[in-house]
Amino acid sequence: MSTVILLLLTGLGAAGLYFLVASGLSLVFGLADVLNFAHGLFLSVGAYAAWWAATSLPGAGSEGLGFVLTAIVGVVAAAAVAALVELVLIRPLYKRTIEQVLVTVGLSLAGVALLQVIWGADPRTFPRPAWSGGVTEIAGARVPNSSLLLLGCAAVVLVALQAFLRFTRVGLVIRAGVEDRAMVTALGIDVRKAFTLVFAIGGAAAGLAGVLAGIHFTSVTSAQGGSLLIFGFITVVIGGMGSVTGTAWAAVAVGLVQQFANYYVSGLGDIFVVALLAVVLLVRPQGLAGVAGGASA
Amino acid sequence: MTAPVPAQRTGDALLSIVDLRVRIGGSQILHGVSFDVPPTGVTVLLGRNGVGKSTTLKAVLGLTPAGAQVTGEVRFDGAVVTGLPTHQLVRRGLGYVPEDRGIFGGLTVAENLRLAERDAQPDYDTVYQLFPELAQRARQRAGTLSGGQQQMVAIARVLLNKNRLLLVDEPTKGLAPRLVTEVADVVTRVAQTVPILLVEQNLALVRRVGVDAVVLAAGEVAHTGPIGALLADEHLTRSLLGVGHHKPASSTASASPAVEKAS
Repeated sequence: MSTVILLLLTGLGAAGLYFLVASGLSLVFGLADVLNFAHGLFLSVGAYAAWWAATSLPGAGSEGLGFVLTAIVGVVAAAAVAALVELVLIRPLYKRTIEQVLVTVGLSLAGVALLQVIWGADPRTFPRPAWSGGVTEIAGARVPNSSLLLLGCAAVVLVALQAFLRFTRVGLVIRAGVEDRAMVTALGIDVRKAFTLVFAIGGAAAGLAGVLAGIHFTSVTSAQGGSLLIFGFITVVIGGMGSVTGTAWAAVAVGLVQQFANYYVSGLGDIFVVALLAVVLLVRPQGLAGVAGGASA
Repeated sequence: MTAPVPAQRTGDALLSIVDLRVRIGGSQILHGVSFDVPPTGVTVLLGRNGVGKSTTLKAVLGLTPAGAQVTGEVRFDGAVVTGLPTHQLVRRGLGYVPEDRGIFGGLTVAENLRLAERDAQPDYDTVYQLFPELAQRARQRAGTLSGGQQQMVAIARVLLNKNRLLLVDEPTKGLAPRLVTEVADVVTRVAQTVPILLVEQNLALVRRVGVDAVVLAAGEVAHTGPIGALLADEHLTRSLLGVGHHKPASSTASASPAVEKAS
């Protein structure tokens, strides 16, 4: 029983990480039709910026309020880079899908190379708070605190995103734009302003994922973003493009399937996740929450 | 090729379309369309299916699909607006009710209307007076409305703001006869305060609300003139609209669409 609870909570922790990566991807694709392969770079930027802050920025550190500042630096840096990427590289290429994909793929490669030039290819030990390395006993299961932290942060982000989309004017524009972008402009709304914001929000979530991945895996590497991005894409496809709720359910499914399969079928978690993706694509190609056909240009 | 009947030119036109040409995916949809929309009344854009009526409206608004080649000039309210982004054009006072209604199905009725608010004081009084049902269904998802109710939302969205001109594309398409009458009533009322460029195939409705007619044939303007004269001329209606004969004017506007299919 305690094993099941442990697997459940660590699986949900992994789900939290996947949700943080995938929510931004899903919104960006749903609204702007941009398949952003550079999204993993935002995660790495968040992780390295946090690492830099904890080691070099006065006031920031690895414990208490210092770590809060460390995390904020990571999130803000990733959001800023994401907004900049949209403004400088993506914006001139709207309506040119192939070029966009090439630019984001190129950026992800160049960005990782740049991180390696600055900080080297070897993993850097992440300056994480001491308590995050501990465990909490829940119903007999000794659950890593970092899993609980991932789960909690993802839940907060999910609620905040939902509230933002439901109760703000920009959120309304984003929800409408995911359905029919052209019609939003035909109501006199400059929908491209929302694109930049959605990139920044997605970048912030990815940056937070970078910080939390640093805590969870105890180190930062330049390749981390890329490998998590694959699970991010799988989560987005399973959940349905443009739906935050669908992304959350998909992340839970991916996290749990991966964790349970890894334990019971000895390390075949990733295979089972791909199998889950295949089943969803066969049975419900538009994703859990997706609408068949999707938004038109 | 030039149009058989040159477009009229008047100095006080609200919207002028000059030599509009649209090419989408290798096929030429519009071959140089030119006509004026006067600042009052309902101007009806007529023609068989596929002659480019909807494309004309979309091209004016900059809503042609990605990759479409659009040339020509559009003047609105005295200014050349060719190539202006859609949202800026709309903010100058162009209201658009698209052919497929363009409702956001996942949003509630109230959210659909809130999204359309442009003015500081959106005119909900007029909207709810014309469509009391929308107030009752404010919290219902627009995707679950009937076709007629969705059309109400689409029209309500442009009535919230003060517009200089409405572009309305086939508002009666797919609606039951009773609703066609209702839409005709609304169009008649709205036309008293704002000019409309209306694409419509229901000739009974056209006869009731229309003032001026512009007829497109194969991507060109084939005829312009008063609606009454056009509909009275059986030879013209047959050759331009493919209508063999039509019933006398019906104030209930309940006749089925006169142009059933393109030939």
